[in-house]
Amino acid sequence: MNTPADELVIDSVTGIDVALPVAGAGARALAFLGDWHIRFILALAWFVAAGVIYNGRFSLTGPGGNQPSWIGAVLAPPLAIYFLYHPLVEIVMRGRTPGKRWAGVRIVARDGGVPGIGPLLVRNVFRLIDSMPLFYGVGLVVTVLTREHVRVGDMAAGTLLVYEGRNAGLPVAAGAAGVDARLDPLGLELAAELLERWPELTTVARVQLAQQLLTRHVAGIVPGSDEGALRAQLQQLVTPSA
Amino acid sequence: MSTARQHALTVSLLQRAQLWRAAEERARRLARGTTDDVADATRMADDYRLLAHDLSRVRALLPDTRTRAYLESAYARAHATLHHGATRAGSTLLKLFRDELPQVVRELRIYIFWSTVIFALAVAAGYALVHRYPELIALFASPDLIASVERGQLWTEGLLNIVPSSILSVQILTNNIVVSLFAYCAGFLFGLGTLYILGLNGLMLGAVFAFVGEHSLAGALFKFIAAHGWVELSVMCLSGAAGAAVGEALIRPGDGGRADSFRVAALRSGRLLVACTLLLVGAGIIEGYVSPNPHFTLGARLTIGIAYWLFMVALLSGHLWPRRADLSARQAGF
Repeated sequence: MNTPADELVIDSVTGIDVALPVAGAGARALAFLGDWHIRFILALAWFVAAGVIYNGRFSLTGPGGNQPSWIGAVLAPPLAIYFLYHPLVEIVMRGRTPGKRWAGVRIVARDGGVPGIGPLLVRNVFRLIDSMPLFYGVGLVVTVLTREHVRVGDMAAGTLLVYEGRNAGLPVAAGAAGVDARLDPLGLELAAELLERWPELTTVARVQLAQQLLTRHVAGIVPGSDEGALRAQLQQLVTPSA
Repeated sequence: MSTARQHALTVSLLQRAQLWRAAEERARRLARGTTDDVADATRMADDYRLLAHDLSRVRALLPDTRTRAYLESAYARAHATLHHGATRAGSTLLKLFRDELPQVVRELRIYIFWSTVIFALAVAAGYALVHRYPELIALFASPDLIASVERGQLWTEGLLNIVPSSILSVQILTNNIVVSLFAYCAGFLFGLGTLYILGLNGLMLGAVFAFVGEHSLAGALFKFIAAHGWVELSVMCLSGAAGAAVGEALIRPGDGGRADSFRVAALRSGRLLVACTLLLVGAGIIEGYVSPNPHFTLGARLTIGIAYWLFMVALLSGHLWPRRADLSARQAGF
C-alpha cells in the first residue's frame, strides 16, 4: 500500500504551490451516505406524491399491466432521480453535491480546478465498477488502498476529493492586528482565538488557558488571577494601541 | 530572523486581512458565474498574486495557525476560479461531435476492427455450437423464449399487445445503454471484462439465430432486427472498442505510467460513449415502435435500419457538421 497523501500539491504560475488537503475514505463515505439519503428521500417523495395524485386517493398500487401514464409519471421519475442524481448534481454544482458540502469535500481536477463535464460523466459511469459486487465494495477497497484515496471512477476521470476548507475562518484579530511588541506572532493568534471562544469555555478553563498563554507568549507580564482581569489583558494585547 | 523583525512582518501581514477577505469574496463570486467586467477579472489576477505572496510569508511565519488555513483555502479558491475553463454547452457539444468524435474514432479504428472481429467470431461460435448441439440453447436463452420458439412462434410476436411501444422503447434503450457502458467500464479488468461482454453477447446472438433457424423462424427474426439491429450491434462493437482501449492502456502503459495511461484512455474513449448512448436511444425507439409492428414490411425495415446506420457513420466521421475549412470557404464566398 502506498503512503497516503495528505495534500494535492499543484504548481502555480506565481511560484507558490497550491496545497489542497485530500479527503479520505471516511469523508467520502459520509458524503455518499448524505447524498444517498437525499436521493432516496426525493425519489420516495416523488413516488408517494405522484402515486396519490394518480390514484386520487391514498394508494400506491398501480393500475396493473404496463400503463404508460403510470410508468411515465409515477415509476420512471423516481428511478431517474435515484440513478441520475450524482452526474446531474455534480455537473450543475460544479463538483459538489449536498452530501459533499455536508461532509466538507468537493471534487477537483488534477490542476486544482473544477472538473469539466466529460470527467464528471466518466467518473460517474465507472460507478458500475466501483459499486460491485455490493455496497460499493470495489470503490471502498480501492479508496483505502490508493495513495490519494481515489476510487476507480476518479482514476479514470483524473479527479479527486479534497476538503473545502470552509471552516478556515480568519481569527477576529486579523486585520486589527495587535501591535503590542511583547506578544509573539503565535501568541497573537492564540490570544485572538481564545477571546473568540471565551463565551463557550468554563471559568476554570478560561483562567487556566489565559494564564498559560500570557506566561508562554508574552514577555514580562504578570497574569491576573480572575477571569475579568485576564480577559482585559488579552484584549489589550490584540487591540491596536492607536 | 530576529523576533522583532518577525513580529513586525507578522503584524503588517495580518493588517492585510481585509484584502484577503475581499479577494476570497471576489473568487467566490466569480466562481459562481461569469463576468463581463474586465476590471473585475483583472482584479482577480491581482488578488491571486497578493494571496500567493502573503501565503508564502504566512507559511513561514505562522505555520500552524488558522490564518494559514484561511489563506491556503482562499488561495486554492482563487486558483480554481482563475483556472476553470469557459462553460459554453453549445460550443462544447459542437466541438465534441464535429472535431473530437471523428478524431477518437480514427484513433480507435484498430480497436473497432478487432472488436468487430471478436464479436463476429462469437456469433459464429454461438451459431455453430447450437446448430451442432441444440440442447445447449438452454445456456443462452430463457425457458419462455425456448418454449415460444418450439411452439413455432417468435417471442416478439404480439409484443405490442403486452407492452406499449413507449414502455418497450424505454426498457430496451435503458438495458442497451447499461450493457454498452458496462462493456466500456469492464475494460478496467485489463480488457477481460470487455472481452467477456462482447463474447457473451455474440454467442447469444449466434445461438438464438441457430435455434430459431432449426424451427424455420430465422427469417422472422431477421425481419424483427432488420430495423434496429444494424446500429445496435455496431454500437456493441464500438463500446467494446472503447473498453478494449481502456484495457490496453492498463496492460501496456506508456512512459507516463499506468495511472496516467488509464486516465487518458478512459477520457478519450469516453467521448465515443456519448455518441453510443445517443445512438442507442434512437435504436431503442425504433425497436419499440417499428420492429414489433407487423405493418412494416421487410423493405421498409431495411430502409430504416440502413439509413440509421448511415446516419451513425456520418455522425462518427464528422460529416454531419460543416467542417471549419468549409465554413471559412463559404464565408469567403467560394
